[in-house]
Amino acid sequence: MFDTLDRRALLQAGGALVVSFSLRPAAAFAAEKPSTLPPKPVTLDEVDSFLSIARDGRVTVYSGKVELGTGVETALTQIAAEELDVPLARVQIVQGDTALTPDQGPTYGSLSIQVGGVQLRQAAATARKALLTMASQKLGAPAEGLTISDGVIAAPGGKRVTFGELIGDKRFTAKLDKDAAPKDPKSYKFVGQSVRRLDIPDKITARFTYMQDMRMPGMLHGRVVRPTAIGASLQSVDETSVKDIPDLVKIVREGNFLGVVCRSEWGAVRAVQALKATWSGGGGLPDRAKLWEHVRGTKIVKEEVTSTVGDADAVLASAAKKLSATYDFAIHTHGSIGPSCAIANFADGQLTVWTASQMTHTLWQQLAKMFSLPADKVRAIYVEGAGCYGRNGHEDAAADAALMSRAVGKPVRVQWMRADEHGWDPKGPPTLIDCKGAIGTDGSVAAWRTDFYIPQGGAGPVPLVAADLAKLPNDVGLFPGGIQQNSAIPYKFATIATRIHRLETTPFRPSWIRAPGRMQNTFANEAFVDELAAAANVDPLEFRMRYLDDARGKELLQRLGTFAKWQKRTGPRATASGDKVTGRGLAYVFYELNRTYVGAVADVEVDRKSGAIRVTRFAVVQDCGQVINPDGVRSQIEGNVIQTVSRVLLEELDWDSNAVTSVDWATYPILTFPDVPAIDIDLIERQTEKPWGVGEPSSSIVAPAISSAVFDAIGVRLRSVPFVPEKVLAALRAA
Amino acid sequence: MPRALTLQVNGRATKVETDDPDMPLLYALRDGLGLHGPKFGCGLGQCGACTVLIDGEAVRSCVTPLSAVAAKAKITTLEGLSKDGKPSALQQAFIDEQAAQCGYCINGMIMQSAALLRTNKKPDEAAIRQALANNLCRCGTHVRIVRAVQRATSA
Repeated sequence: MFDTLDRRALLQAGGALVVSFSLRPAAAFAAEKPSTLPPKPVTLDEVDSFLSIARDGRVTVYSGKVELGTGVETALTQIAAEELDVPLARVQIVQGDTALTPDQGPTYGSLSIQVGGVQLRQAAATARKALLTMASQKLGAPAEGLTISDGVIAAPGGKRVTFGELIGDKRFTAKLDKDAAPKDPKSYKFVGQSVRRLDIPDKITARFTYMQDMRMPGMLHGRVVRPTAIGASLQSVDETSVKDIPDLVKIVREGNFLGVVCRSEWGAVRAVQALKATWSGGGGLPDRAKLWEHVRGTKIVKEEVTSTVGDADAVLASAAKKLSATYDFAIHTHGSIGPSCAIANFADGQLTVWTASQMTHTLWQQLAKMFSLPADKVRAIYVEGAGCYGRNGHEDAAADAALMSRAVGKPVRVQWMRADEHGWDPKGPPTLIDCKGAIGTDGSVAAWRTDFYIPQGGAGPVPLVAADLAKLPNDVGLFPGGIQQNSAIPYKFATIATRIHRLETTPFRPSWIRAPGRMQNTFANEAFVDELAAAANVDPLEFRMRYLDDARGKELLQRLGTFAKWQKRTGPRATASGDKVTGRGLAYVFYELNRTYVGAVADVEVDRKSGAIRVTRFAVVQDCGQVINPDGVRSQIEGNVIQTVSRVLLEELDWDSNAVTSVDWATYPILTFPDVPAIDIDLIERQTEKPWGVGEPSSSIVAPAISSAVFDAIGVRLRSVPFVPEKVLAALRAA
Repeated sequence: MPRALTLQVNGRATKVETDDPDMPLLYALRDGLGLHGPKFGCGLGQCGACTVLIDGEAVRSCVTPLSAVAAKAKITTLEGLSKDGKPSALQQAFIDEQAAQCGYCINGMIMQSAALLRTNKKPDEAAIRQALANNLCRCGTHVRIVRAVQRATSA
């Protein structure tokens, strides 16, 4: 039994045959006929890069931004349908196919709507304008008097022409026109509505085909055998150890890369379990118990100044009332529920990969480099997989599959086992932050200084594990994402110095995980602001209001105070008797200091005897400007809060001198249903403003809100994520 | 030599070939029968993505060897909850509550909830949370999932 997706396998990379493939049977579209059309462009300045209209009026959107489970497929459909004035059901989306979609950058950074959606809107507005011009000629009526409804353009006298008649199966051959005015938000029909997600019915009824579900004719199953220590060398492989696996096709060994290919998936799983290999060397990981000494001792290769106001150091040197504190945030894994998966087909000197990568347009180039192929001989096609919250293992699984496909000359599907995922996905790096503050004689903040110790590098092509192991050409360097973001603060203190010390190395291959850096930096900044407020004897909400000069930010905080029924306080509440006590904490972020405002109040219950923290409720207020789909935004806020409560209370990578030892859900536990907080959301919709990102911002206020709530409850500060019971008890003992 | 086993899946007797009676049921359902409902998540019985019903009980198919599945046992997967292409009331409640983000865990959430509702027609929120305590979701869809199960019980 094979899926309709199989026809993807028949596509010639870069060929003129364009097939619209939908995962939804209800929206199954016919293939475009082979034609004399010029090749479909994929550049960011062409309307045809973003959309096409068939003779029957159906619209295909080509999006470099992909659905990772956040609802952007639906939101992008709303944007396209809105600007073109066609029904939602007439629009379908091709996502992340390097032969067909424009490179709009990886699907990261809360930019799918803010950047991808706005580009699509401009393409659609340009197409709309062009259609009106065409219709004007065809109908012999001025464009200004024409109206559009359901993909039909009508003149005042009643003459009509459809989009399909005007442009069906033809190219617009037009540049994106920045002067083509998008529709007035007052006339919106779809944007701003909680349109139901297009993918959910099939996901609920098992009709959906995830990357992990995809199969193709002649496909074999691969599994990887990773080194027992990071950096170890493969010494020998005992092939007799798998002689009893009846459907073994090949043991693939290339340098230190080891994998098995079998005809059946279970055969491959069994072969991995049975295969005996010996490894030597590697390891030498830093002592886990001394991680923070290790980070502090790592060579600094670059200093960055992210903000300076006055001379904070001079004020700190002479201030009478000073505070200092060190914050740290543990190494985290992505923890997708479905391990990374890909299918690769290496045939006739061409490589095609089907992958759940958030960045097919980067992966494509990386694979071309790895296999020394011209870029036009590689095609990466996005197929949605299990949730992806950053650059996890999908790209690596694609490289694994490609290497094994090359070795056997057939399509190979690789799905990682759970230990491969937990052990070998790239990690969110450890973050260490020193904070200093001074309170002046008038009670105001006289100085603020923060020092961030974080790895060098930004976003980019995270090196591929398979290329590294097989000693094939690979990208080099550290790519932790834009982790310097939100090191500077939104508050107007008298003197400010925020400094980043870039470290030469970090213990594990880093990458970005949801709100990379913004989460860690906001944790320290906002919790330390709470420390200063308490030192200054000022209510934390009032304290923030005093130092903000941003009207939208202040409005948001005021709404938060009302929404969460915030009660003024100037220190920890009078401690009630008993072991279980409650507290409330507040945090605020202006994401990257240029978009999306979020404020939150956390309610916690702390057990002083056991040290256990329960987060019982989160009240969140968010202003992300224009909202495309309110329910979709709420869903993202809920996800951000719950996932981050998990990260903050529970999560921490574990390892020994050789490798990661937190390799499953028992050794790397995450939050479960009984401990999930209630979440109340007040969404500020500003439909005439720009749409800002929502996939990450509300995750960044979770840690500081909880830390401050615990302070309110028991009078001690938690400055080290995760907030496990031992740390709570240690803080209580030290108090 | 591969042997053919008979399994009762979603109301039909189906044949699955395997050379290994210890192969987990999950692989027979996914690779042998081409079903998409049960998912591979951990292979350790820790996350619940692979959950199916066997005679109405929620079972982790990733750690259930075929040899432990009786030929007469009635196996139901997510596909089998729908009738004539129409979602079951429980599935419809998940759709109505928009209770999925990536949706990879949702198979387990629905199957586990279906097992709960067999024995407890009106579970309260605490009972639903407890029943789902061993089903993991990474996207953070929990509050919607609980609402969906509640909605199904009030239908």
